[in-house]
Amino acid sequence: MTMPWLVAQLPPSDTSFTVSPHWGWYIVVYFFLGGLAGGAAFLAGLLDLLGTPQDRAMTRIGYLIALVAVALGGPLLILDLTRPERFWHMVLQSNTMLPMFKVYAPLSLGVYILIAFSSCVGVLSLAALADWGLLPRALSRLGEGIIGKLLALGCILTGTALAGYTGLVLTVTNRPLWADSSLLALLFLLSGISAGSATMILCGQRRGNAGTVRWLEAMERYSSLGEIIVLAIMTVTLWSVVRVVWGGHWGIVLIVGVVLLGIMIPLFLQHRPRTLGAATLPVAALLVLLGVFLLRTVVILSSEAV
Amino acid sequence: MALPALSSPRRNEDSRQARAAAATPVATPLPPPAGPHGTGEAFPQAAAYPAEPMGFFTDTTVCIGCKACEVACKSWNGLSSDIVELSGQSYDNTRHLDGENWRHVQFIEQFSDDRATGRWLLMSDVCKHCVHAGCLEVCPTGAIIRTEYDTVVIQADTCIGCRACIAGCPFGVIEINPVSNTAMKCTLCYDRLQSGLPPACAQACPTHSIQFGAIADLHQAAQRRVDQVNRQYPEAGAYLYGAGDEILGGLNSFYLLLDAPEIYGLPANPQLPSRNMPAASALGIGGAVGMATLGAVALRKRRMDAFARQAAEAHAGEAAPEPEGTAG
Repeated sequence: MTMPWLVAQLPPSDTSFTVSPHWGWYIVVYFFLGGLAGGAAFLAGLLDLLGTPQDRAMTRIGYLIALVAVALGGPLLILDLTRPERFWHMVLQSNTMLPMFKVYAPLSLGVYILIAFSSCVGVLSLAALADWGLLPRALSRLGEGIIGKLLALGCILTGTALAGYTGLVLTVTNRPLWADSSLLALLFLLSGISAGSATMILCGQRRGNAGTVRWLEAMERYSSLGEIIVLAIMTVTLWSVVRVVWGGHWGIVLIVGVVLLGIMIPLFLQHRPRTLGAATLPVAALLVLLGVFLLRTVVILSSEAV
Repeated sequence: MALPALSSPRRNEDSRQARAAAATPVATPLPPPAGPHGTGEAFPQAAAYPAEPMGFFTDTTVCIGCKACEVACKSWNGLSSDIVELSGQSYDNTRHLDGENWRHVQFIEQFSDDRATGRWLLMSDVCKHCVHAGCLEVCPTGAIIRTEYDTVVIQADTCIGCRACIAGCPFGVIEINPVSNTAMKCTLCYDRLQSGLPPACAQACPTHSIQFGAIADLHQAAQRRVDQVNRQYPEAGAYLYGAGDEILGGLNSFYLLLDAPEIYGLPANPQLPSRNMPAASALGIGGAVGMATLGAVALRKRRMDAFARQAAEAHAGEAAPEPEGTAG
């Protein structure tokens, strides 16, 4: 005896019966910084392995950006816990003191990704600082030879893992939108690469080689176009969920903040690099960063609000 | 209409006697609370229930909405009961399961617009203790365990409050307890089972709407009850939710329902959080490989262009003296 007026109110997905985990601004900022760090390390690693000596300055900047971003973001993950003093339980099993690892728990995976990423980026950042004469010269050897190449490869692998796993954390839940799509890891990876390249352009435009900056712009363009495509696929395939979750003001933030300000206008500015004179490139990079931040804000907080 | 209380034939006589002794108020002091306030002293241990899958069968047709289960749960587990506001939603001021409410009696009013016809649906909701538990799967510290009774318990002392289990539970059962600041939910009175006592809610239920026992026995009793209801009231459409293994491998707390699961706030087809993990990981890895390839191709093209430029310049350099020579 199902009442028709109740059936009409049935939610669009089985994920509508769950409770919000109250992941708020700490997680939004951590996901932003994590994506940015991962993207910067990925790009710096590619330049390190496949670039020319002219790319070296931007490579160092990329590693340092990644280190600073992960150093700022990592503690936010601990602060977000309701029992932050117990965070070590994610690393060690308290009864055996053996490593704690669960392959189906993205948060557990993330701990090891963060450790591996920080190690690679940390060592190469030391080498970068030594190259600049801020640390003993001997340390610069850490970034050279086979060790340097392996660490650069490590940055590429762990950087993409760091940027992508943040999306996986959301997918491996039962929450509306997050769990309804398999595209969030890809979306966050692409937007992380966007953020990484935009930050490298912002910080390294003067020191870096013009060819390197152009390559970063190209990578930013590819990832932004990828983001647009993924967002379009998500919207079409998840329309019944999207129209509920992004139906109100979050939809406006997504269209205006993420798509228009964060993707379309930067693409236009790259296409017409003299639009704002010398400020064109920095403005485009800042808008990209704004768009990446708003993307994470919309994806996380819109589902939290359901 | 109510079924008699279930008792598992597998329990041995010794444990039955021990439970009877433990339940005698003169012989035994009241046990300490096990919830966030719990400190407690040593409690004489009766023989535990034998280690086999145990759970609840909730027969919603005989729930009268008395909330004795809610009170018994809070009382035994030392959970706060600071309800100071009325929800305005029927007689339901608990509203949902969370870190302080491990039992929740739902009051579902189904009336026509003119309220001429209608009915009440009442259901005491609780953690489902899923055979394939989403919360257990995503917990990054191993704080959520499966017990010898096939139930799912959160160990409060290793919970870090990451809230992954809250997002991972397909039924919205778990929340942070504001006293312990850790995730909490029904333990199926794990402490009581280890002392040979049935869960507090099942013991307090006056109509046997909440029945506790060995899962195999409960399945049989539940099927008999469904057949009985549908035989007497063919239009009732009674069915079991979560008794079979099609829902998360089976729910160790399953229900007899009279309407669609969604009406009771239950998903029709709940899934494990990891269902999209392989596809999402593959897409992420594919994206990374794609971007790395694009980056490598762009760097290669840049290098080739530079070589071509150098070659053109060198060629131009070689060709340049000729006109000079000609001129000279």
